[in-house]
Amino acid sequence: MDGIHDMGGMDGFGKVEAEPNEPPFHEAWEGRVMALQRAMTYAGAWRIDHARYAQERIPPLTYLAASYYQKWALAMLTNVQERGLASTEELAAGHALTPGATLKRKFAAAAVPSDLTRGSFFRPPQGPARFKPGDRVRTKNIHPTAHTRLPRYARDKIGVVERCHGCHAYPDAVALDRGDDPQWLYTVVFEGRELWGPDSDPMLKVSIEAFEPYLEPL
Amino acid sequence: MSHDHDHDHDHSELSDTQLRVRALETVLTEKGYVDPAALDAIVEAYETRIGPRNGAAVVAKAWCDPAFRQALLADGSKAVATLGHISRTGDHLVVVENTPKTHNMVVCTLCSCYPWEMLGLPPVWYKSAPYRSRAVKDPRGVLKDFGVTLPADTEIRVWDSTAETRFLVLPMRPAGTDGWSEERLAELVTRDSMVGTGLPKQP
Repeated sequence: MDGIHDMGGMDGFGKVEAEPNEPPFHEAWEGRVMALQRAMTYAGAWRIDHARYAQERIPPLTYLAASYYQKWALAMLTNVQERGLASTEELAAGHALTPGATLKRKFAAAAVPSDLTRGSFFRPPQGPARFKPGDRVRTKNIHPTAHTRLPRYARDKIGVVERCHGCHAYPDAVALDRGDDPQWLYTVVFEGRELWGPDSDPMLKVSIEAFEPYLEPL
Repeated sequence: MSHDHDHDHDHSELSDTQLRVRALETVLTEKGYVDPAALDAIVEAYETRIGPRNGAAVVAKAWCDPAFRQALLADGSKAVATLGHISRTGDHLVVVENTPKTHNMVVCTLCSCYPWEMLGLPPVWYKSAPYRSRAVKDPRGVLKDFGVTLPADTEIRVWDSTAETRFLVLPMRPAGTDGWSEERLAELVTRDSMVGTGLPKQP
């Protein structure tokens, strides 16, 4: 979706302000939100693309005003309710009123040291790769109304395939519960001038990670 | 006074978030989906074990061991997996090397993708609108915000992390460090130098 989250190339947000000696969490609740998200995806309650898509649907004014972990919490509340894992009444009451659904597994404290490592997104291909490193491609001019990982600034642009990363679960399908629909994944690199016009830094190159359905041959 | 008013406002917002998060955790626990002890362990892991020290050890090893450097650039996940004592890492780690000609910088314009296992949780600035919006369009301006100026003829390569691949920058080894141990070199490797918004400390 063409949402507020798709920020690449926007002006007006000001300087990047780094905080010296920043702690992992500024408030204890931030750590709980991060851990809840990890535990719920581990349990198979939803996948990372559902978490991202729920954040993208946060109304723009709220999105811009919310802190990072506030956005995570809002997205988690959306997923919990949309997926029928708890009701609005239960979340308002702060207690479960009915037994929970059955999830795939539960993250146990003893498993944290070994199972915190990210899972693999590799999937068996549905067909041969259409592109290879060195191929010139054009990204499609598409505006899906749901989740996609092709940023607006890199649509309808000519680039070069630099790497092929194998075949991965396809976020656009996963976010809509349409299964993995595995797609080949490539690094596609663009000249700064192709993205930003003749005034761009001539020494700039930008790459995106592009799933095959985002690309057409030149 | 307006200052006090703003302060109270911020405070009540925060309390509201705290209350909602507490309610969410209680409900998900009572439903049987999560174990609070596991949540404690996850938080503790990111507060104590999973941080930029992991990435710094990998970079320092690459500076000292040409075969490891080559393996790391060829397949980051596989190479780091051989260093069980440094860090565990999942699939899809891609290590990109700075050279005198090319400087790499990593961003996630769409959300906040970041190599957690190598660098820990991303700092607030990495997840902020200013960084996400400008890194792909004006990376030299972003570098200036970090106090870094590169020669005009250095190519700047920005990697937008739009999939599950995760990027770690291998910075250039500082001059004057011949014969240094990996442990000593790792002290020079900053988090920002592995994101590409900074350079390693000079000896």
